[in-house]
Order: sequence, then C-alpha cells, then structure tokens
Amino acid sequence: MSARVLRDGPNFTGPKLESALTLAWSRPRGLIGWLASVDHKEIGVRYIVTALIFLALAGAMALHMRLQLMVPDNTLMNAELFNESFTMHGTTMMFLFAVPVMQGVQIYLTPLMVGTRNMAFPRLTAFSYYMYLAGGLFLWGCHFLGFGPDNGWFSYVPLAGPQYGIGKRADVWAQTVTFTEVAALAVAVTLTATILKQRAPGMTLARVPLFVWATLVTSLMVIFSMPAVALDSALLLSDRLVGTQFFNPAEHGDALLWQHMFWFFGHPEVYIIFLPATGFISEIVTTFSRRSMFGYPIVVLSLVATGILAFGLWVHHMFATGLPRVGYSFYTAASMSVSIPTGLQIYCWIATIWQGRPKFEVPLLYVIAFFFTFVIGGLSGVIIAAVPLDLQLHDTYFIVAHFHYVLIGGSVFPLLGAITYWYPKLTGRMMSEGLGRVSFWMVFLGFQLAFFPMHISGLLGMPRRVYTYPAGMGLELPNMLSTIGAFVVGLAVVLFVLNLIISFAGEEAGDNPWDAPSLEWATSSPPPEYNFAHIPAVESRTPLWDDRTSLPVVYGLKVESPELLLTTFVSASTETREPSAMPSIWPFVSAIAVSVMFVGSVFSPWAIPFGIVPVGIALTAWFWPKKSEPSEEAVIA
Amino acid sequence: MTLVPAFTEDVSKLESDGFGHRSLTWWGVIGFMVIEATGFALLFGAYFFLMSHEQSWAPLPLRPPDLLAGTVFTIVILISEIPNTMVKKAAMRLDLGEVRRLLPWVVGFGAVLLVIRAFEFNSLNVFWYDNAYGSILWALLLMHTTHLGTDWADTFVLWRLMVTRHGEQKRRFVDTDENALYWRFVWLSWLPVYVLIYWLPRLFQ
Repeated sequence: MSARVLRDGPNFTGPKLESALTLAWSRPRGLIGWLASVDHKEIGVRYIVTALIFLALAGAMALHMRLQLMVPDNTLMNAELFNESFTMHGTTMMFLFAVPVMQGVQIYLTPLMVGTRNMAFPRLTAFSYYMYLAGGLFLWGCHFLGFGPDNGWFSYVPLAGPQYGIGKRADVWAQTVTFTEVAALAVAVTLTATILKQRAPGMTLARVPLFVWATLVTSLMVIFSMPAVALDSALLLSDRLVGTQFFNPAEHGDALLWQHMFWFFGHPEVYIIFLPATGFISEIVTTFSRRSMFGYPIVVLSLVATGILAFGLWVHHMFATGLPRVGYSFYTAASMSVSIPTGLQIYCWIATIWQGRPKFEVPLLYVIAFFFTFVIGGLSGVIIAAVPLDLQLHDTYFIVAHFHYVLIGGSVFPLLGAITYWYPKLTGRMMSEGLGRVSFWMVFLGFQLAFFPMHISGLLGMPRRVYTYPAGMGLELPNMLSTIGAFVVGLAVVLFVLNLIISFAGEEAGDNPWDAPSLEWATSSPPPEYNFAHIPAVESRTPLWDDRTSLPVVYGLKVESPELLLTTFVSASTETREPSAMPSIWPFVSAIAVSVMFVGSVFSPWAIPFGIVPVGIALTAWFWPKKSEPSEEAVIA
Repeated sequence: MTLVPAFTEDVSKLESDGFGHRSLTWWGVIGFMVIEATGFALLFGAYFFLMSHEQSWAPLPLRPPDLLAGTVFTIVILISEIPNTMVKKAAMRLDLGEVRRLLPWVVGFGAVLLVIRAFEFNSLNVFWYDNAYGSILWALLLMHTTHLGTDWADTFVLWRLMVTRHGEQKRRFVDTDENALYWRFVWLSWLPVYVLIYWLPRLFQ
C-alpha cells in the first residue's frame, strides 16, 4: 500500500475529483469490457430493456390469441398452438418480464436512492443478468424450435408429469424456472445487503425512501418464496428424468404436492410484482403532491404486513381441489385480510395527494389509473376469496379478468409511470408529455375495454385455456370488445416505446427536473459511474427538500480504487470502508458454464456431474484475487 | 452534482474490513444460508406431506435405512466443528500460521465425510424410483450432499488461497471466518435430515 492514499474531501473536490473517480470506477472499453461490467446502472438498464423485449414478445402472443377469440369457432389457431401460446404468454410475463423488470429498476435505483456507489455484490448482479438472459433465450429458442412448453404457466402435474407430458416441453418449462430463480435469488441477496449495509450515513430505517422499503420487503419475499418453485421444478424434472415418484399417485406420490409447493411461491409472487409498484407510487405521489408522505410508518408497516400475510394465502389457489372445511375458512379469512394493509396504503396515498399541491403530469396520471383499476381488481379478489363463488368462477374468464386487473393495474400502470418519472435520470432527457398523455389514455381506456368484458364472459361460463367457443352463448360481444381493447393497448404500448426512443433527443432534464426529494436526484442525469462524488449524509426523509442549495456529505473514501462506505443496519452510523469489486469477465463465463449444465440436464442427468466441473473452475477463477486488483470481492461460501 | 457539498464527517479513519455483521459478505452468506434453509424446510414439508398418506413409514415391506453409516457420519461431522471453531478463532486473531495449519484438517474432515456419505446412499434400503418414500429419502440425502460437496470444494480453494501471499490480507481472514460460519450451517442442517432419514422410518413403522 502506498504511503499516501488519495481521498475525497474539502481539499479534493470538484472536476479533479470527478475525473479521478471516473478513472477508478469505469470499466474497460470494447466487448469484453461490456460483458465484464459491474456497474449497477448498466446492469439495471440491461435488465429493463431485456424484460421489455420479453413483454413485447408475450404481448404479441396475447394479441394473436385475442384474434383467435375475436369470433366464435375461429380457426386462426388450433388447440395445440393455443396451448403453447397461453403457456408461453404466462411464463414469459411472470418469469421473464414482471419479476426481472422490477428487479432491474431496483438494481438501477437502489444504490442511488440509498446514496452509495454500487451494489453490494456487483459481480453476482452481473451473473444474475446473464442467467436471466440465458433462461429467456432458452425458453424462446425452444419455442421457435417447436418444443416450447404447453401445460400452462404453472405446469400442473399429472399433465406435465412423465405420463402425459410427452417430449421435452415440460422440462423446458421447469429448467427455465430454474434459470430465472437463480437470477432472482441472487439479486434479492444483493439488494438486501445493499439496503441493510450501504445506506448513506443518517438514513435510519425510519428515513429510508419508501421504494427502498418496498425493495427490501420484496427481496426478503423472493428469498423465502422462490426456493419453493425452484425445488418444485427440480422434483418435477427428476420425476421426468430419473423416475422419482414425487407426484405419481400410483407409487404413493401426490399431484397436490406440486400445487402446494408451486402456490407457496406463486402467491407471494403476486406481491413480489406488486410491492415494488407500491414503491413507485409512493415516490411519484410524494414528488407530484409536493409534500412528504402522509402516514409513512403506516405505509412501511403495511408493506411488511403484506409481505408476511402473502405467505398465508397460497391455498386459495387450490379451493377447487377439495380441502377440509377449516382450510376453506382459514384461507378465505387470510385472503380477505391481505386487503387491509393494501387499503391502508391507498388511503395514505390519497391523503398525501389531498393534502399536497398535486401536479397531474403523466407519472401521477398512471397512479390515478392504478387506484381505479387496482381497486376493481382487489374487489373481484375479495369476491373470489369466498369459496362458493370461487368454485363457480374457477378457471373462467372472470379469473383472467381479476388477475389482469391486479397485475396490469397494480404493477404495469405504476411501472409505466415510473419509467416516465425516472427516464430523465437514466437519459438526461424528458419524455414528451403530449405523447405520454395520449399513450396513457389509450393504455388506460384500452385496458378497461379489453379486460372488463372478461368478467361478463367469465360469469357466462366461458372457460380459460380453451382455444375457441361456440356461437349463440352470448360470448360474441364481450370477446369482440376484449379483442378491440387489446389492440388499443398494443397500439398504446407502441406509442410509449416510440416516446422512449424519440425522447433521447428531447428537452434536457438537469439533475432534478421534478423537484423530487430523494437522493437519486442529487447527482447528475445520467449519473456518473461512481454515482456520487461525495457520499451524502441524510438528516430527514426528504433530503433534497431540506436545503435546496447544499447537500451534507461525508468524505475520506479512497479515490484511486473503488471503495464503499458501510453503515450500521438500523441507525446507519458510519462503520467500515470496504473495497468494491472491479469489472470481471468471470461472472459471464460462469453463467455460460451454469447454462450449459442446466440445458444439458434437460436431456440427461449426467449433465450435472460433468457440467459441475467447468462451473467449479469458472467460480474459482471468479473469486480468486487478481494481481491487478486492489479491491477483490471476498470468497462467498 | 449541482448542490454544493457541505462536508460533515471524515470517514478515512474507519477500519477497512470487519468481521461478522460488519462485513458485507457476511450478509451475503447469511442471505444464501436463509435461501438454502428455506429449501430444506420445504423439502421437510414435502416429506411430512408424503408421510401423512402412509399407514406405516417406512412403507411395508421396506426396511428402514441401516443406521451405521449415517450415525458415523453424524458423529464425524459433529467432531469436525472442533477444527472449524479453531480455524474461525485463528482467523479472527489474524493468525495466518494457525489458519494455514488448521485448514487442511477441515478439508480432510470434509473428504472423510464425503466418503462416508457414499456408504449412506448404499444403506437406505430403497431406490429413488421405488416409490415416493424412496424419492424423498434420496432427495434429502442428495440435497445435503450438494451442500457438503460445494462447501468442501470451497474450503479446499480457500486453503489453497491462504497458503499464497493473498492469505496475508485481512480480507482473506474475513473469508476464512465466513467459510467456517457456512460449515456450521452444513452440519446444523444435517441434524434434522439425519432424524428424518434414519429415525422417523424406525419410529413410525
């Protein structure tokens, strides 16, 4: 170690410091440098863009299905193609769009919002992205090669088991899940560590931005729920590949074991998608109401309560399988109870807008659309939490309407608002407000037109997952309306994307175009590689509204190599300094090795003992300290 | 940054690298241990779910697994905590010589355990494809073996790292400390697995 270490501080600030930090934190140029990147902003954007591409693919598939259902007895698609289409649509939307896009935004924003320079384990974050990408390419590659999964997004046995699930389709589904779960779990761990240990000094748990609270709760939910589906799909693969009998009733297995483990993940999954959106809403509502959040502790406790309650509801997806009476009562009560914390949050947001000076710009419009749509979805949820109604409506379009109201209304609307809100931070430019309003109204009204009639067709008895329906049952009009609505939404999304592209040349944004209160707006737009020249020190929940000319900072971190400041996990007092990992190609190489093993294991169990060898070599190379590296990441057991 | 920085605290005097919850990687290790513990818990849940369908466990006419290999394994893995604790304490004292002397013992214990584990697979008295009981027993044992194998490989790499000049950095002692923490998870998670594989099929037949 040299005798004199260069550190930031009153005597070393401004452009000189910034160019020294840029040198320390930037990655090498070229393809290898691009693949080796450990910058959370770069990885976050990759996640978001990839997830939006999968959204487009799955959305196009939805439009294809809507064309098939536009008129009765249609022959545009046959039953097999329809089966594969709704399976690919659901699997892509849940595993390749909804969770990854939320995690992508979290990866981008969390370090900026807590005032640190990078994620806790940036190489693990990079690895997770490559795993996610490989999983998505695997699923869609198999689909284009003619053996995409076709058993529904939850791949129920015995349909997906060895007896009925002929070919490799169900294996492809199961292994896609493994890819995405590895990625999501890795991200959840890094986000949790980042939030608990890297918050800016003074950012006590009572001052954490609500989006970051939502991220923490979501990450813990991922940690506790996703092992269930990873394990479940591993058991399914082993039933199919090596003849275990977990789900085979003839050998004392049980098909319902699959459903229990799937929904133990599947229900929390809904909140894993929804809670980040509540974080978007809290941030947008605060900024556009120009006042701090009404009932901050209530919102935080509601997030935590939702996270806990979400684990007690999974059986309501299984009411139609036959349960003991007490099971029906318990899970009905639990399902209804989860609406209480969500309701409390909605009251807090409304109170904040009510007491503030709201500016109804596009991000806030999406929040209003969320209130309207999500409340309808929530109410239809309370309806089907009642067992007698659920037994009638199970597997009808009423359910399809319900969960699209909850998922699109609850997650995608806030996401579109969030993209509009944070786009200036990512690009340094504002999105077009006029085009934004046009696409907002088209998305909002098109959505209602597409999905509200499904309540009616469901009540009329139209079953899900059936490729056509006969004429003369009153299903023509609602289906025609749904199809028209779906195309309006499709057009609106095209306009939204167009807005994203043309706004690259839009009005310059500056650091804080919305006059927002949280730390990500304290740095330039787009932020530099090192995020902050000096680490901010926080004295309230709305740091940028405290003093509009200056920002309290701490100083004394190394400048010539990447270094992070760690703080205590409750009170965020300064604790230690730690090096941050340098760019490395090995996460990419490791992801390739793991992918080869995963894909190989669809075809032969021997892929695992042989495939593990290159994985071990790549991981060792990843963790082994390099000569040129003053800041290697520690070996994780 | 257009806001003018108002300098408050100088953090340059803070320690770089700390042990336990002061270390970032400690939180990573804890995170992965929670994930894996959840995986074990779910597999235990599946075990009891399948068990609840049976009149007897192990299902007749199957014999419960033979006790010898599993019990020897349990005793050896419990003894392995002695060198593990010693290496953990040596790491926290930054005693490189002691760490270098003890790590081969931990690696050696792991190797012995892997050999005993092979005999365990041979003493289950059921194959994974026979019935759901056999499947869940093999799954439990395989899941634990995965942890055993990966931690053994990890400890081996750490040992080879610690005998190089990299071992002189404080950060590598933190790694050693956290590796020992993970080994505790490996043997603690074994104890319920041992009961589920070897004892419940005896008690409920």
